[in-house]
Amino acid sequence: MEFETVIGLEVHAQLLTETKIFCGCSTKFGGAPNSHTCPVCLGMPGVLPVLNKKVVEYAMKMALATNCTINPFNRFARKNYFYPDLPKGYQISQYAYPLAEHGHILIESDGQPKKIGITRIHMEEDAGKLIHDENNPSSYVDLNRAGVPLIEIVGEPDIRSPEEAAEYLKRLHEILVYLEICDGNMEEGSFRCDANVSIRPMGKQEFGTRTELKNMNSFRNVQRALEYEVKRQQYLVENGQQIVQETRLWDDAQGVTNAMRSKEEAHDYRYFPDPDLVPVTVDEAWIEQIRSDMPELPLAKRERFVREFAIPTYDAGVLTAEKPLAEYYEEVVKLCGKPKQASNWVMGDLLRFLKEERRDIRQCPVSAKSLAEMILLIENGTISGKMAKDIIDEMYQTGKTPDTVIAEKGLVQITDEGELAKTIAAIIEGNPKQLADYRAGKEKLFGFFVGQVMKATQGKANPQLVNDLLKKNLAGS
Amino acid sequence: MALYSFTIHELQKKIESGEFSSSELTRSVISRIDEVEERVHSYIRLLKEEALTAAELADENIKAGKIRPLTGIPIALKDIVCTKGIPTTCGSRILQNFVPPYDATVVEKLKAAGAVFIGKANMDEFAMGSSTETSAFGPTRNPWDLERIPGGSSGGSATAVAADECIASIGSDTGGSIRQPAALCGVVGLKPTYGRVSRFGLIAFASSLDQIGPFTKDVEDCSIMMNVLAGYDPKDSTSVNAEVPDYRKFLNRDLRGWKIGIPKEYFIDGIDPEVSEALARAMEVVKNCGGECVNITLPHTEYSVAVYYIIAPAEASSNLARYDGVRYGFRTADVRDLTDMYKKSRMQGFGSEVKRRIMIGTYALSAGYYDAYYGKASQVRALIRKDYDDAFQKCDIILTPTTPTPAFKIGEKTEDPLQMYLSDIFTISANLAGIPGLSIPCGFTASGLPIGMQFLAGHFEEGKLLQAASAYEKNAAIEKRRPNL
Repeated sequence: MEFETVIGLEVHAQLLTETKIFCGCSTKFGGAPNSHTCPVCLGMPGVLPVLNKKVVEYAMKMALATNCTINPFNRFARKNYFYPDLPKGYQISQYAYPLAEHGHILIESDGQPKKIGITRIHMEEDAGKLIHDENNPSSYVDLNRAGVPLIEIVGEPDIRSPEEAAEYLKRLHEILVYLEICDGNMEEGSFRCDANVSIRPMGKQEFGTRTELKNMNSFRNVQRALEYEVKRQQYLVENGQQIVQETRLWDDAQGVTNAMRSKEEAHDYRYFPDPDLVPVTVDEAWIEQIRSDMPELPLAKRERFVREFAIPTYDAGVLTAEKPLAEYYEEVVKLCGKPKQASNWVMGDLLRFLKEERRDIRQCPVSAKSLAEMILLIENGTISGKMAKDIIDEMYQTGKTPDTVIAEKGLVQITDEGELAKTIAAIIEGNPKQLADYRAGKEKLFGFFVGQVMKATQGKANPQLVNDLLKKNLAGS
Repeated sequence: MALYSFTIHELQKKIESGEFSSSELTRSVISRIDEVEERVHSYIRLLKEEALTAAELADENIKAGKIRPLTGIPIALKDIVCTKGIPTTCGSRILQNFVPPYDATVVEKLKAAGAVFIGKANMDEFAMGSSTETSAFGPTRNPWDLERIPGGSSGGSATAVAADECIASIGSDTGGSIRQPAALCGVVGLKPTYGRVSRFGLIAFASSLDQIGPFTKDVEDCSIMMNVLAGYDPKDSTSVNAEVPDYRKFLNRDLRGWKIGIPKEYFIDGIDPEVSEALARAMEVVKNCGGECVNITLPHTEYSVAVYYIIAPAEASSNLARYDGVRYGFRTADVRDLTDMYKKSRMQGFGSEVKRRIMIGTYALSAGYYDAYYGKASQVRALIRKDYDDAFQKCDIILTPTTPTPAFKIGEKTEDPLQMYLSDIFTISANLAGIPGLSIPCGFTASGLPIGMQFLAGHFEEGKLLQAASAYEKNAAIEKRRPNL
């Protein structure tokens, strides 16, 4: 039987505000346990939350970037459950009145654009962390993360394959990082994903029984976990077994998902409006203010690069994958006016160097200005493309400008026709046999003469000039 | 006359003029406490040493001419407001050893006004009760009859004023917890408009209903206390950034041109006849002040107790979830695992009334019941609020009994929670509507128990309450009595 996969993703993204959502404590990752805490985020008796307005503004940016409708009336609600990392015994979240709803983003699926719906985006606080002592039957609670602002982005079940799921996550991640509202660090948990997945016979409308997957901390793991889970569900159906609605944890080492809790054990969170916080009203003026402050988003930037710089869609995709890279590239283009060449150097050499050293473009020793200068030196014939390969390597190693590298290595291209002509004449004279063979029709020997000239000039000769002069001289006059 | 028996406004003059010092006054209050506290039990914790130190500092300030509204005045705090470095129990075993690292905003304000804190007053556990019998630290007794309850939940704050164990005190009112004990103990008690006084540092019972207010010996003292307590606090999002008038300016005026609303739903069968008679006399006094009594209706009054006993426990069930034995407060010693620790700590740390309300509230918020209980109660709450909005179109102020009966006997209602809940029948709806209410003594029963009456006004109209109460106090000429302790 042919099956169709149905996936919906829930993403939690930590917002990059300086302070927590309901108190003035720092949101910085790390720090000695419980050093970023106060009576409010420790849930002490009698303290009250005060909303950080920046959190609303960051969340509004994401809502606008994902084409959501922002609700004018917002309310925080309490999600009640007991756990030692949750100091108040409830999480302040949003329930009946979320910040934004009815959005979508575009992803690419089989080379075609596809719309994935966003059900809602809401704001909430993060919980703390438990640290377990293996030598001791006790657990410690670190509440540094308690109260760090999160947005939850709930996606529609529009995703039809694990690849689409990974693509959707990459696009969401890219938007969040572009907006500079989330650092996107999946290992530190700044960007987390849970997946709801079910299968149904192809062509059927009703959804199958779904399972919820947790504990996937990379794009790759999300895809692997979903691939595993889809196969597992297919196996069950094909063998006449029932799929149980439950939460399952991805085990990275084993490459399998394991049941964590069933629907029957699911919490009743007893949501109700938080009486400690007044409703937040969002008016048009506020939305417009946020909208006017939005940066260009990845998709728009990609389309503009293709249009303005006449580079292939693929190149535009690579160059806009991260905002600092796109900015670097644009700066190079601005300074040298050669978009295609700039893209070749950035995508070819620079990204390879950076990848080898696991650096990002912000740590690149070659400044946009230096790269632009190097491209111009190739264009005006001062250096050859081949020489440039060595020069950029040196620039990357030392951080020096192309002029400095060229001067230090004496690498300036010989473009003086008279000087080159003398060298060529000497080489022809010194190789009479090869000359005779060439003239007898062994045209392959042209390469031998080019090589000899380059050797004699230590590679500094302008190749085009060498070609022209050799052709003229070898032909004889 | 003993120094402890003066009012704030009398003491302000006497201390400033140097007639006696704050230290002398504080020692007088302490000696009174030593004399009567054993019988009344107003306090969970006394702060004698701290008070004497604060009084000395006040005396230095007075000498230096730095005099603020409460400089050197001994004030009691209900043990529900957090005091930095001083244990704050909320009347519960679960917080027996809890020492807050912060002051409630009202505590900061009182300190800034020069107050001397004399003790942390007894209360029903987590303010859940109408008699101060649910305190984990034993009941408080009514100074007018030690066999009777003082009301609650701010019973200790009321008795401390009534028995002269302080000059004024702070309480909190979620469904009548200031006004009801004020009435039963014969003192003035004011519950301000929701949002008028910061709740920061007030240990939450029901966040949408809780409000801090003063107990005083007379109306003028009440206005002095309100001048200190009222105002916006950026640490409490539900506090309202509205101008605070000088409440003293409402004193000593008449009520000419005022319409006094008499809601028929509050004058019903079952009210103690002596309370009814006292109210009838009070209406005459109000007329003598220039006011006109008009009949009004608050049609949804009959639902207020039911609505309250859904909303308040629902919020409480969530507010009290933080007492889990993990970070502070009581944790049971012998546990198998996490769930066991939660269950035993809460089972042993909370008293039965608190547990009853947590269960009611948890139930009311549960999946499948939310709409029928919490959802419906919220809708009816809006109707109760509208009743008052409509009523205040027709009158300036509303007059009702504060309680249906005078103080009842200790133990009389502890076995019957519903009867206990009904003792708040006249005070609850003000909390649901968020409006201010003031209870003022209006006489005594034949057996010598105080009777109180309640004024209610529109949002942020505390001034009207004080004006009406001040006019009444001046004209009623209620016999000045002291409990015979």
